[in-house]
Amino acid sequence: MKDFALIFRLKDISDFKPSPEQMQERMNWLGSIAAQNKLVDKGNTLLPIPGSAKTVKPDNVVTDGPYTEIKEFISGYIVVKADNIDEAVEMAKGNPIFKIGGNIEVREVLKRD
Amino acid sequence: MPKSQHSHKELLPHLFRQEYAKMTAILCRHFGLKYIEIAEDIASEAFLKASENWAINGIPENPTAWLYTVAKNQVKDYFKHITVIETQTKKALQPTEIETQQHFEFNNQNITDSQLAVIFAVCNPINSDEAQICLALQILCGFSVEEIANAFLANNETIKKRLQRARNNLRNDKFQIRTLSENEIKSRQNTVLKTLYLLFNEGYFSKTNNQLIRKELCFEAIRLTLILTENSLTNTSETNALLSLMCFQSSRLEARINDKGESILYEQQDKNQWDKALIEKGNYYLVNACNGNVVTKYHLEAGIAYWHTTQKDENKWEYILQLYNQLIQIEYSPMTALNRTFAIAKVYGHEIAIQEAEKLNLIESNYYHVLLGYLYTRKDIDKSIYHYKEAIGMSKSKTERQTIIIEIERLKKRKSATTGQ
Repeated sequence: MKDFALIFRLKDISDFKPSPEQMQERMNWLGSIAAQNKLVDKGNTLLPIPGSAKTVKPDNVVTDGPYTEIKEFISGYIVVKADNIDEAVEMAKGNPIFKIGGNIEVREVLKRD
Repeated sequence: MPKSQHSHKELLPHLFRQEYAKMTAILCRHFGLKYIEIAEDIASEAFLKASENWAINGIPENPTAWLYTVAKNQVKDYFKHITVIETQTKKALQPTEIETQQHFEFNNQNITDSQLAVIFAVCNPINSDEAQICLALQILCGFSVEEIANAFLANNETIKKRLQRARNNLRNDKFQIRTLSENEIKSRQNTVLKTLYLLFNEGYFSKTNNQLIRKELCFEAIRLTLILTENSLTNTSETNALLSLMCFQSSRLEARINDKGESILYEQQDKNQWDKALIEKGNYYLVNACNGNVVTKYHLEAGIAYWHTTQKDENKWEYILQLYNQLIQIEYSPMTALNRTFAIAKVYGHEIAIQEAEKLNLIESNYYHVLLGYLYTRKDIDKSIYHYKEAIGMSKSKTERQTIIIEIERLKKRKSATTGQ
C-alpha cells in the first residue's frame, strides 16, 4: 500500500462554501473511504478568503489570496492509501467536487524520513 | 436435596460474574498487585469450595458472605504457611479489613470504589494501552481469554501472550495500589474509559455465551462509570458521553430478546418495552457531555444511540449516517463500517448500500454476510441465502445462528411461492 494525496481544486470562490447537501455528499464520500480503512489523514480545508490567504513572492512581494494570477485555487487535501495510483484515482472519481467544476490532483506521497 | 442442587448450579455462575472480580480486586489491595496470581488463586479456590460444599449442604443463607469468609480464611492460611511473604506484607494484611472491604473507602477525594481503584492501578503506562485494557478486563471484570480476544478481534494465542507479558511487567515493577495523583488519574482515564466501554459492549453484544445479554456486565459498567461522574476529576465530557451511551443502549435490553432467549432485531422490537427512565438519563448525560469542545467517539456513539431511541423523525437515518461518517474517521472498526452501510441503506436504498458494502470486503466477518444477506433480500434471494449461510458457518452464537436459520427458511418459502415450485 502506498499513500496518495488527493488535492482539491476549485475555480470559483463562491463554490467554496458548500450547501448542506454538498456537505453531506462530501462527508459520505469521505466516510466511504474511511469505511474501507483507506483514509490515512482526513486532511484539512485551506481557506481561500481574504484575510486567510496570501502569497509570498521574491523581493518581499506579498499578494492577497492565491487567486490573482492563477485561475484555480486549492481548497483542501486528504491522504488515502491504495495499492496503486489507479486505485487512488478510482477513489477520487466518486467525489462530488466535479459537480461544481472542481478537480482533484492525485499525487503519490514520498515520505521524508 | 434436588431442589437446592438445581439452584446452586444456577446461582454460582451468577455469583462468579458478580463477585469474582470484586473479590480479586479487594484481595489485590491487600497483597499488592505484584501478587495478583495469589489473589486470583484464592478467589478461584473460594468458588471451587462453594461448588463442592453447596452441592452437598445446600446454599447458605448469605452466599456472598460465605464466599468472603472462605476467602478470608484462605488468606490467613496462606500467610501462616508462607513466612517469607508474611514478613513483607505483615502490615498490609489485616484480616478484619476484609469484612469491611465491600464498603471500602479508598480516599474521599479520590476514587471510592475498590474495583475502580484497581482498574486505575492496572491501567499503568508501563504496559501498552491494549495490554492494560486486556489485563483490567481479565482480572477485574472476570473476562475469559476468548471474550477478550472477541473484544479486540484478535486470536486467543495473541491475547494469552499479551496478558502474560503485561503481568510480568506489573510484577517486575514495584507495583502498589495507592492514592494516585491528579495527573496520574487524568492520564490514565482514557484507558479506564475504554475498559469500561469494552466491558459494557461485551455485556451488550455478548457472542460467546448462550445467554445472549449479560445485563450484569452492562450494569456493572454503568455503576463504575457513574462513580467516575461523581468525582470532579473524572467527571469529564467524555465520561458523561460514555455514560449517556450506556444508558441509551441499556434502555433496549428488555426489548432485544424474546421469551425463548432469541434476539429481536431493532425494527421488530416492541417500543413500549424500551426503558424510558434510562432514555431520560441518557439525555441528561448527553447534555452534560456537550459542555466543552471535545468530540470523542463516545459522543458520536451516544448521538447515534440517541437517534435510535427516537421513533418518528423522518431525517433520523440521515443524522445517524452523518454521525457514522464522523465516527469512522475518528476510529476505523469493521463494526462501524458495517453499521454505517446499514444507515446508507436506510437513506439511499439497498442498491447503493450493496455497492458500499461490497467495497468493504470483510468476507471473514459474519456480520458482513448478515448485512449482505439482508440487503439482497429483495433483489436476489439466492445471493441473500448464500450470504446468510456463510454467516451461519462463522457465527459463534447459538441464538444468532437460530435467528439466521429462521430467516433462511422464510426466504426459501418466499422463493418457492414466487416460482411456484
